[in-house]
Amino acid sequence: MDNAYDGLVEDGSEERHWAFGTGFTEALTGVDRAVPPLVDHDDLAAYCLMLGDDALVLAQRLAEWCSRAPELEEDVALANIALDLLGQARMLLTRAAEVEGVGRDEDELAYLRDEREFRNVRLAEIDCGPGPGGDFGTTIARLLVFSSWRLALFQRLTGSLDPVLSAAAAKGVKELAYHRDHAAQWVLRLAGGTEYSRERIVAGLALVWAYTEELYVTHPVEAALADAGVGVDPAALRAEVDDVLDTVLRAAGLDRPEVRQVAALAGQAGRDGVHTEAMGYLLAELQHVARSMPGAHW
Amino acid sequence: MDLEREFDRVVAADHRVEPRDWMPDGYRSTLIRQIAQHAHSEIIGMQPEGNWISRAPSLRRKAILLAKVQDEAGHGLYLYAAAETLGADRAELTEKLISGRQKYSSIFNYPTLTFADVGVIGWLVDGAAICNQVPLCRTSYGPYARAMIRVCKEESFHQRQGYELLMTMMGGTKQQRDLVQDAVNRWWWPSLMMFGPPDAESSNTEQSMHWRIKRHTNDELRQRFVDMSVPQAVKLGVTFPDPKLVWNDERGHYDFGEIDWAEFWRVVKGDGPCNAQRVAHRRQAHEDGAWVREAAAAYAAKKNSEAVA
Repeated sequence: MDNAYDGLVEDGSEERHWAFGTGFTEALTGVDRAVPPLVDHDDLAAYCLMLGDDALVLAQRLAEWCSRAPELEEDVALANIALDLLGQARMLLTRAAEVEGVGRDEDELAYLRDEREFRNVRLAEIDCGPGPGGDFGTTIARLLVFSSWRLALFQRLTGSLDPVLSAAAAKGVKELAYHRDHAAQWVLRLAGGTEYSRERIVAGLALVWAYTEELYVTHPVEAALADAGVGVDPAALRAEVDDVLDTVLRAAGLDRPEVRQVAALAGQAGRDGVHTEAMGYLLAELQHVARSMPGAHW
Repeated sequence: MDLEREFDRVVAADHRVEPRDWMPDGYRSTLIRQIAQHAHSEIIGMQPEGNWISRAPSLRRKAILLAKVQDEAGHGLYLYAAAETLGADRAELTEKLISGRQKYSSIFNYPTLTFADVGVIGWLVDGAAICNQVPLCRTSYGPYARAMIRVCKEESFHQRQGYELLMTMMGGTKQQRDLVQDAVNRWWWPSLMMFGPPDAESSNTEQSMHWRIKRHTNDELRQRFVDMSVPQAVKLGVTFPDPKLVWNDERGHYDFGEIDWAEFWRVVKGDGPCNAQRVAHRRQAHEDGAWVREAAAAYAAKKNSEAVA
């Protein structure tokens, strides 16, 4: 045996595709990438950034759990969810860059934009643990709200006139249904487990609930693209998401949290690039290596 | 005695010993120790590379790295499951890890200082692990051998990803090439130590070879790793920090310098740069998660009693 790993390579070829690892970049093979007629390119790029940033920022947060989860199975599950969201982010940022048409790519959008240029909702960026801002209960509470909202959005987005958004949404729907189910099962366990775990999930839901109003505020770009049959007006999601969340809370024997919403700044929030103070630190960590070595190849 | 003779026959014939088969107590305890240490290594091994997930400099590298560290959690799970087929309990094994009573691979007691370390760990550390682990796919205990087939396939994937990252970095800027060489300099000797002490000083080797738990000696595997790695280094354009590393025509192998065994034993005994940090991290995660595991167990118990009622 000259090479210990020769016997492990089943196809025996020297191709390079192994380096893709997770196959995200191959997900939309064969999809028509032309922008539909009459759709404003700037609006579509901005919209893809919004949905892409939501996924990128929450993936960054969820990956913080890696090697820190309450049990190994949960470590694997949270990494899976983070990987799904990272995959969604890559498809959407790639689409944003392509539609924008000034030669940027997914990495320039992820690594070289500043805080004010990020378009994610604030719910995605807040520290819900394992850092000091939260714990497993808060993480699960956010995942329940976020995935319920995004699943409702992506279900509608499968009908988008933009073939890339439609295909990305179709892939995402399956993933998000699993994320929502995973979160809902944990809400039931934590609410019905011990007295302490019930306190933690109640506190977690209260914390994240303060960022829920923002999920249903329609940005002008979202309104324009909803009219064009390309995007989804988030205001239209409220009844359905409320219903899903109420169902889970009822099954868990929990009340819907009654908390004051975190205010927008002069009417502006995440979709306008107005974030919480946590966002700058998150981006500093995300972007540090990429920014400190201009011209490097990765 | 018939049982023992049957066990010896199965092992000598290169057949597999299965969980319900009779086996000597020493065989069982040796396997539990080895499989548990292997599982612990996978779990502790999540930390050095996990250190770079949040800062990976491209989205593709971030996805690859997160998937890789996730695979390590999965490997830990299969291996703990294999240990459980021998009567061990995962919670007890975890207790032994976080209380320092059971060891894991010393390689993870070194820090990852730059993103190049991610690539070098894939290439050299996973490469050394594969050399150690490929023969375990034919180890005499069935569940361990079968777990190792899947582990080795994924490790092989990781190793190639690491090498591909280094190739890309070597094709980048001078600063990137310097980072790669620096990381190689730091990881080369610890990688050679991964094969364990020299055969003359390896207390467990002989019995484990007899039971066909181990199939090659530490020094044989180390030599194989050196022989494989040198041409890969040449192709990559890096050097190993060993002036005595030269081809020996007579032996048909590379000669290499003396490993610093004093350092090896220091790190094994707890005095490496990251020993305390790695165990503390694992203990913290385990303790922080206790209330969640208790909640899940309490919930399951309630559901069971409801189902009975």
